Amino acid sequence: MVTLDARIPDGPIGEKWESHRFNMRLVNPANKRRFTVIMIGSGLAGASGAASLAELGYNVKVFTYHDSPRRAHSIAAQGGINAAKNYQNDGDSVFRLFYDTIKGGDFRSREANVHRLAELSVNIIDQCVAQGVPFAREYGGLLDNRSFGGVQVSRTFYARGQTGQQLLLGAYSTLMRQVGLGTVELFPRQEMLDVVTVDGRAAGVIVRDLVTGEVSSHAAHAVVLATGGYGNVYYLSTNAKKSNATAAWRAHKKGALFANPCYTQIHPTCIPASDDFQSKLTLMSESLRNDGRIWVPKDPADTRPPNQIPEADRDYYLERMYPSFGNLVPRDVASRAAKRQVDQGRGVGPKRNGVYLDFAEAIQRLGRKEVEERYGNLFEMYDRITDEDPYETPMRIYPAIHYAMGGLWVDYNLMSSIPGLFVGGEANFSDHGANRLGASALMQGLADGYFILPYTVGDYLAGLLGQQAPGTDHPAFAEAKRAVEEQTKRFLGTKGTKSPDHFHRELGKLLWEHAGMERSKAGLEQALRDIPALRAEFDRDLRILGTGDSLNDSLEKAGRVADFFELGELLVRDALHREESCGGHLRIESQTEDGEAMRDDENFSYVGAWEWTGDGQPQTLHKEALTFENIHVAQRSYK
Amino acid sequence: MVQAKPRSTVEAAVTPVNRRPKRQMPWPLNLYQTAVGKKWVMAITGVIGMGFIALHMFGNLKIYLGAAELDHYAVGLREIAYPILPKENALWLMRGLLLVSLVLHVHSAFSLWAMNRRARPMGYQSKRDYIAANWASRTMKWTGPIILLFLAFHLSDLTWGFANPDFEHGAVYNNVVASFERVPVSILYIVANLALGVHLYHGAWSLFQSLGVNNPSINWLRRGFAALFTAVIVGGNISFPIAVLTGIVG
Amino acid sequence: MDLTLKVWRQDGPQARGRFETYPVPGISADMSFLEMLDIVNERLITEGVEPIQFEHDCREGICGSCGVMINGKAHGGHERTATCQLHMRTFKDGDTIVVEPWRAGAFPVIRDLVVNRSALDRIIEVGGFISINTGSAPEANMLPIPKEVSDAAMDAAECIGCGACVAACPNGAAQLFTSAKLQHLNLLPQGQAERWQRTVAMVETMEEYFGGCTNHGECQVACPKGISIDFISYMNRDFIKGKSINRRLGGQGLAK
Repeated sequence: MVTLDARIPDGPIGEKWESHRFNMRLVNPANKRRFTVIMIGSGLAGASGAASLAELGYNVKVFTYHDSPRRAHSIAAQGGINAAKNYQNDGDSVFRLFYDTIKGGDFRSREANVHRLAELSVNIIDQCVAQGVPFAREYGGLLDNRSFGGVQVSRTFYARGQTGQQLLLGAYSTLMRQVGLGTVELFPRQEMLDVVTVDGRAAGVIVRDLVTGEVSSHAAHAVVLATGGYGNVYYLSTNAKKSNATAAWRAHKKGALFANPCYTQIHPTCIPASDDFQSKLTLMSESLRNDGRIWVPKDPADTRPPNQIPEADRDYYLERMYPSFGNLVPRDVASRAAKRQVDQGRGVGPKRNGVYLDFAEAIQRLGRKEVEERYGNLFEMYDRITDEDPYETPMRIYPAIHYAMGGLWVDYNLMSSIPGLFVGGEANFSDHGANRLGASALMQGLADGYFILPYTVGDYLAGLLGQQAPGTDHPAFAEAKRAVEEQTKRFLGTKGTKSPDHFHRELGKLLWEHAGMERSKAGLEQALRDIPALRAEFDRDLRILGTGDSLNDSLEKAGRVADFFELGELLVRDALHREESCGGHLRIESQTEDGEAMRDDENFSYVGAWEWTGDGQPQTLHKEALTFENIHVAQRSYK
Repeated sequence: MVQAKPRSTVEAAVTPVNRRPKRQMPWPLNLYQTAVGKKWVMAITGVIGMGFIALHMFGNLKIYLGAAELDHYAVGLREIAYPILPKENALWLMRGLLLVSLVLHVHSAFSLWAMNRRARPMGYQSKRDYIAANWASRTMKWTGPIILLFLAFHLSDLTWGFANPDFEHGAVYNNVVASFERVPVSILYIVANLALGVHLYHGAWSLFQSLGVNNPSINWLRRGFAALFTAVIVGGNISFPIAVLTGIVG
Repeated sequence: MDLTLKVWRQDGPQARGRFETYPVPGISADMSFLEMLDIVNERLITEGVEPIQFEHDCREGICGSCGVMINGKAHGGHERTATCQLHMRTFKDGDTIVVEPWRAGAFPVIRDLVVNRSALDRIIEVGGFISINTGSAPEANMLPIPKEVSDAAMDAAECIGCGACVAACPNGAAQLFTSAKLQHLNLLPQGQAERWQRTVAMVETMEEYFGGCTNHGECQVACPKGISIDFISYMNRDFIKGKSINRRLGGQGLAK
């Protein structure tokens, strides 16, 4: 039986991290050299964490399935990164960022974690600027800010529409500096396929070389997973094609609890799907909502081209429904509103599956040049995909799966329920509650990597001083390795008729229908029946050609899809048990009279963490109660 | 837990194609040990060559003023900086500079060519479709040798004279006319100058890049300069055989 | 639309490659190029032929994973377009499309269209960074940076490291990549302390793996981010300076 102890330090909220830093044990420089830390993943959290740990003097091994650490999907984040710098003098503060994030997360996140995140946000900007991240600047040479959904201050720092890219390249450059110095050993094109535990502690990992197929064991004193989110469980998402949940899921199967899997974020501004062959959805930065106005024709039968529809016949529904936040309501609210418009038959575009995001007014107000400066690359991207020019005709947007707030459960130290196994970035569940605010993912990934893990991993390692860590000759490694090799053999030996992509697509359709933007008891129960059936077909009818000893894309996918099946099922089970609406999770049974999400704080103000109990068995639920001492819990209102 | 440092399989598969020099030579020779430095040398020697070519062409325009003027100009060349230096010393200094430049220009070109071949041991197996690389830039390795061969002939013909049966030392005007009255020589001369033009058109632009002369306010001039320079040089040079063949000179 | 795909197949790094021709009927003009390859692969799997291995990930032109020669042009030769952003509407019904991996000595083929580009990481690890340890950064707004400078640095920093510049270059040179990486840092005030050292180290490492620049300009038109060869010229200047100036007097420290 696992006990959930979040290990939140005592004291007032603003002093918790400060006092915790003092209370954490340190490892002296000579001893740091004796410790090896494995980092899985090289995105924002992974690269920054690995580099910072290496700077401190630990031996770090970084594994990524990409050919270079710089390809991690953090690179695709567009809009920006929040920080409570209050450079705009518009009333921002650490507490306000904390408050906005808790409220945006619909009161389903941990106060202490979020406050720490808000405190560290300012250091991140300093760090990144010093690394040479070319954030946008004003003519006076100082940093520029823009505003983002769900907040009323401008605190978002950005680098054109490529903030994630620039931050990742910053973290990557510090990582590569350590690689050059020999303190980090880099293993590209190596996929982690299992965590090895010895006596209940994380002792290393099993990885597969994607080029040669060789499976190898690596021992370490601590393992950090920074492997991103599981949004691709829906097949169609804005995540990169290779993004997957395998590392996190295999850790879950080794005993790490999985928290809040039903909290998935639907991003309101994506390009609507154009056909069935679609391989992924493309996100357009939320920053577009700063200047773009969202509308649909009032009359569903209106088939005029958008620029011929007069103002009087347009419904700017977000501005109408939420006058104080207007087009800048949080993502979950904007997404659901768009879905309702489309469901009511007022969708636009050839498949009537989108709403307009109109820049005509912004171009008139700011001039085309300024709009180009702010959003040029996004407009270009849109134009390329749809063959429509957003300067001339409004964009069409529709929500799509974008981010996973849920993830492996971690305590205040970002350590999972397996001692020695830490989880950073999107892979953990810690900071965003039931809904993430825009420009907060980059902040969280970097806070975890630069400023939290280096301390908390050290604290854990300090306790291991003088102990001999188990090496790769320990039987647990051999056993884990054999299991991994057997799975590969099983996939290759199935010799069915359908590709892993086929099953992935079917699973995605199922989940999107029953556990997508709106969820119902009946639908979720249906999904719980359908997923195992599809899974059985997958086990029987999978076809993987080629061998396991050369680059084999389908073989890689097969393992990932197998994990998505199990994760998808857990997601549905979690959604079914949470009989309330909160953030990205909307149960149609739990709504206010005017169709807004309704939380049930009395019964569901907790983190739902699931424990793996064996193949084919339903996981066991553990609850970590959430208490709010610094923020008055209220039904969110963006009106 | 001390472990040997295994490099990943992927990394091990990539080996450098060019060897880094074992020993750093003293400045400025160390520049020449690198490809960027060689390009820099190529640009500077190119500029020296361009200066020579320009002066050579302008000087030769004296042919239109008659035999006396041209022959006198030739004598004048030998008396540059005289009487400060003995006669012909300055000329030999310039010849030395030109010769060194030529050798460096050719050597750096050859070694870059070899380096580029090593950088792509297996070429594209399908047809390449170039977008920006133009005919001039891609034929530098052919126009260069053509110019070099022509240079050898040109010197034998009009400086040393053994390729010109009517050669008479000092009688520049007559030598030129005698040479160009042979139609094949004139054709060769024109073709070689066209090759020179192609070479210059790329080189006179490219040198700005290699030297790092790049400023948004003058960049628009760089292509224009190359085109104009090429046109003037090639036009001037080609006019000589044409003038001889058409009887304007002679 | 109905197309014919002529694609490079190579079983492994040491294997001999060859072109295989596959008829590809029924492609929609709205598909992306990679979605077309997905469909080809699905069909190949059904027919029992091993699918074509190709590199891809974000499919929105930012991760730099994808990249192949399409009809002799890197990424297909459309302005500021990576392979994943290339749409089938740019082809005509009945076209034959020839697809080949990047070719360079430093980019050995791993399989089919996948090449090893880790040489680019080698260039970064010798100097493509500002040496600052976590936690030692000064307040971000202490250092005003003129907007023009910051914008120019961003123009360079947009590089996605796809390797198209190397692939497109008739010489197999990586100067556009290296210069973009260099000038991103060299233009910024934060990057000055290591400017000369960085330039020399990165250029010399680049020259171990790649060819030399002869200013064809082919790289900048192939670049999916439209990075300008102006940066190459800045790099050349910084390199010669870095090799020549007295770094002690410049307060810049000695080269390694």
